[in-house]
Formats: sequence, C-alpha cells, structure tokens
Amino acid sequence: MNTLFSGTWPWYIAGPVIGLFVPALLLLGNKVFGVSSNLRHLCAAIVPGRITYFRYDWKQSGLWNLVFLAGMVIGGFLASYWGHAQDIAISNHTRFALAKLGVHDFSGVAPREIFSWHALFTVRGFVSIIVGGFLVGFGTAYAGGCTSGHAISGLAALQPASLVATIGFFAGGLLATYFLLPLFL
Amino acid sequence: MATAATTIDQENAQPVRPAHLFLYLLFGIAFGITLTKSEVASWFRIQEMFRFQSPRMYEIIASAVVTAAVSVALIKRLGLKTVTDEPISIAPKTLGAGIRYAVGGFLFGIGWALTGACPGPLFVLVGNGVTVMLIGILSALVGTWFYGFLRPRLPH
Repeated sequence: MNTLFSGTWPWYIAGPVIGLFVPALLLLGNKVFGVSSNLRHLCAAIVPGRITYFRYDWKQSGLWNLVFLAGMVIGGFLASYWGHAQDIAISNHTRFALAKLGVHDFSGVAPREIFSWHALFTVRGFVSIIVGGFLVGFGTAYAGGCTSGHAISGLAALQPASLVATIGFFAGGLLATYFLLPLFL
Repeated sequence: MATAATTIDQENAQPVRPAHLFLYLLFGIAFGITLTKSEVASWFRIQEMFRFQSPRMYEIIASAVVTAAVSVALIKRLGLKTVTDEPISIAPKTLGAGIRYAVGGFLFGIGWALTGACPGPLFVLVGNGVTVMLIGILSALVGTWFYGFLRPRLPH
C-alpha cells in the first residue's frame, strides 16, 4: 500500500495499467471503456427534454458506467488522501513557460490561482473552467468519445474514426496552448 | 448519421447484474487512483504534454494503447467470452464523412487544454479536492446538452 500510494507512478506502470481497463471491462460485461458517455447519461437522467439524443434508457445502457464514474471520484479522493501531497514534477521548461504566462503557484494538481472558487469569476478562471468545461462536454459529445473512448479504446481497436478524433484532440489542444492561453492567463 | 451514437448505446445495452455493479465501482475506484497517481489528471502535466517538454504523457498514452490493443487482439484471437459467458463484440465506429470526429475532436482538444482535464479527470479532480471542478462538470453537462439540442442541424 505504501509504495502504491506514495509518490508518482512511472509511465511504464501508469500506461499499461490504464490500458488494462479496456480488457477488464470487456471481460466483465462486454463494456467499452469510455468516460464521456457519462455526460450524455447524466443529461438523459436529469434533463432529457424532448431531445431524441437523450431519449433512451440510460439505466439500461449507462448505469454501469455511472457507477464506474462514481468510483473514479472515490478513487481520486483515496489516492490524494493517502498519498503525500507533493508538487507535480513538471520539467523546468514548462515551469518557465507557465511562469511567463503568469502562473506562479506550482503546488497541487492544478494551479489554485486559476482552479479555485475564489478564481472562478476572474477571466482566467472563467475561461479555464466554464468555457473549457463547455467545450469538453460539447466536443466529446460531437466526436462521440474522449481520450478514453477514442485515444485508448478506439485506437486499440484500430478504428480509423478514433484516429481522426485523436488528431483533432491534439490539434485543438495545441491551438489553445499556444494561441489562446497567452490571451487570458 | 443521426443513428451512429444511438446504435453504440443499444449494442452495449446488455442488462448488468446487480452484483457486477459493485465490481464496476471497484474498477472505477482503481481508475480514479490510477489517474491521480499517474498525474494525467494534472493541468501541469497536460501543459507539459502540449508543449512537448517531457515524453511522459506520450509514453503513458502509447503504452496504454499498446496494452489495450494487444489485449483486444488476444480476446478476439482466443474468442474469449465475458465472465458470464456472453460473447464479446466491439461495435465499429462508422467513419462516414468524419466531420464529427475532426470538428468534435478539435473542440474537445481546446477544452482539454483550457481545463487541463478530459472528462475522467474532471471527476477525479473533484475527488482530489479541486471542488471547483464541479462547475467544470456542470458546464460540460451544459455543453453535452447543447450538442444534443443542435444535433439535427450539425454536419456529421
């Protein structure tokens, strides 16, 4: 337990463990690993309206995934509760680049000067959390999947659609990193 | 084209045994721990990735894809079934014109860089104590809902 929770996992543990969730879910119940479907299931459960996209039996198709999602929140809590609070050991080049953009707090998992209730209604907080969150929800629904569904499950199953989506993820991410972040951070 | 996502849902809509829900919960807990300890839920790591200043995220994604791909190939090759002896089938995603994947993927990519989180990490971060991400989740739900609303008018 101690070695599991103290410190960061090296990439050669983290990557294969993430990849193993694909066969684990297939073998347990023929389920396809993908987190963003849950956003749709939650909409279908809470505010389906008259929209056909949300008119389906979300309990039948999505309950397992919503339970998985609830587990993720618990797992996130357990890992940070038992683990040592430590700075994320990013490269000095990244530190320098972010400092130039005005990020000075390198403690924690995300910079508190942007990702805190206090910062929510500053420009940087609003754009990062509210505009960013909206695009995550809209984009993954439009693309029919996110990093887990397309970049991991989809690429692993050699789906051309997932390759197009993954290229799109990185194109959008690079554009935002180099051209949008400097405008509001 | 309006049927693509609906089809995926229906094909995976096999009934789930209540006892299995507990296992999905355990898997979810394991995944939340994994995303935290691998730091892929960190805004800093995502920035480092998009700036190509460390191979770490690429090593994680690549080794995850290879592990998953080998597993899926083995499942197919060996004709493995689920623990309840049901056949395993992965519904192919129809590429079609590909617009939804390119444009949707691009928009999500912008959101990924802005929030520093894909959908999984949005939830894991709440568990990590970054509770303001509840607003990010709410905003993501509004985004998904808005897609559902616009869907009949969007090119796919």
